[in-house]
Amino acid sequence: MVESLLILLACQMAGEALTRALLLPVPGPVVGMAILFCALLWRGRRTPPGATLPAEAGLPGQLGPVADALLQNLSLLFVPAAVGIVQHFGRVRDYAGPIALSIIVSTLATFIVTALVFNWLRRSQAKR
Amino acid sequence: MTLLPSRITDVWVYLSASPLLWLTLTLAAYALASRIAVATGRHPLANPVAIAAALLVGLLLATGTDYQSYFAGAQFVHFLLGPTTVALAVPLYRNRAKVRKALLPMLGALVAGSLTAILSTVAVALALGAPPEIVASLAPKSVTAPIAMSLSASTGGIPTLTAVLVIATGIFGAMTVTPLMNALGLKDYQARGFAAGLAAHGIGTARAFQVDSVAGTFAGIAMGLNGLLTSVLVPLLASVWR
Repeated sequence: MVESLLILLACQMAGEALTRALLLPVPGPVVGMAILFCALLWRGRRTPPGATLPAEAGLPGQLGPVADALLQNLSLLFVPAAVGIVQHFGRVRDYAGPIALSIIVSTLATFIVTALVFNWLRRSQAKR
Repeated sequence: MTLLPSRITDVWVYLSASPLLWLTLTLAAYALASRIAVATGRHPLANPVAIAAALLVGLLLATGTDYQSYFAGAQFVHFLLGPTTVALAVPLYRNRAKVRKALLPMLGALVAGSLTAILSTVAVALALGAPPEIVASLAPKSVTAPIAMSLSASTGGIPTLTAVLVIATGIFGAMTVTPLMNALGLKDYQARGFAAGLAAHGIGTARAFQVDSVAGTFAGIAMGLNGLLTSVLVPLLASVWR
């Protein structure tokens, strides 16, 4: 487990260092995810990607279970930032209408556009 | 026994000054919220983040605790957002064959969805007369909190307000994505997950992982890709609406 946590933290650190060194507008952890993904692809390069392979092929040690444990509790990690609303009660109340309506309309519109475009492109790709 | 009230005060003074209290209460509130969510059969409206945050906000107000004291304890949970984002590489790797086949739909849906998320937010907020700092705080609301906060800061918004709006978007998205996709008759978990992660970042991704692991993987990819694209689009588009 320690080695798996070390892998995750080391990738995040490499990501943070890289985004700062190259002044990338992307957060370090997202670059860290890309680094880990490339490393896993490199490790598993001899095993061709296919449905018949065991899902864990190419994953070092306990990395699979540790990643699963973190991702299963992903919601928990947003709680501290959500509690931050106590700092903004005044502003949120003053502009409750525009804020609420803009979040509601935009989120629903984004769901519909994204899912329909994805579905449409997938079908037209399958036809060819 | 006359010492008891002052002892209780001593204990409170000690605990409220140490990170242990609010770290424990954050986990306790989330554990309770999860039980409520499970008891409702993971009903989309029983969102664990919303329930846990409401409980903790109530506790902070009741005890007169400010957010800085709360965050001194809760930061240990908040910190795990970084390594957990890195951990998204694991489901991405496991599903690499599916991902490779869906590259074209993903890129098309990414561009269409990212533009819709930013432009519709700004249009509605401007039409309803929101001031510039609120519009700038809302514009990056669909991407994960750290990206959204830095975009908000660089375009004249209020970063900590953006964090709250990002979470609100995630909670609303997690509550509505399942009924909306059912109403649209969309059964493809790749499309459903991708939409959830694109519009509602990590909270949408957490919801997608609860429903289906393929949906969760595509949500995670969408969250990462939209974070990248929004980082480019918001500064560009901000010069138009400002």
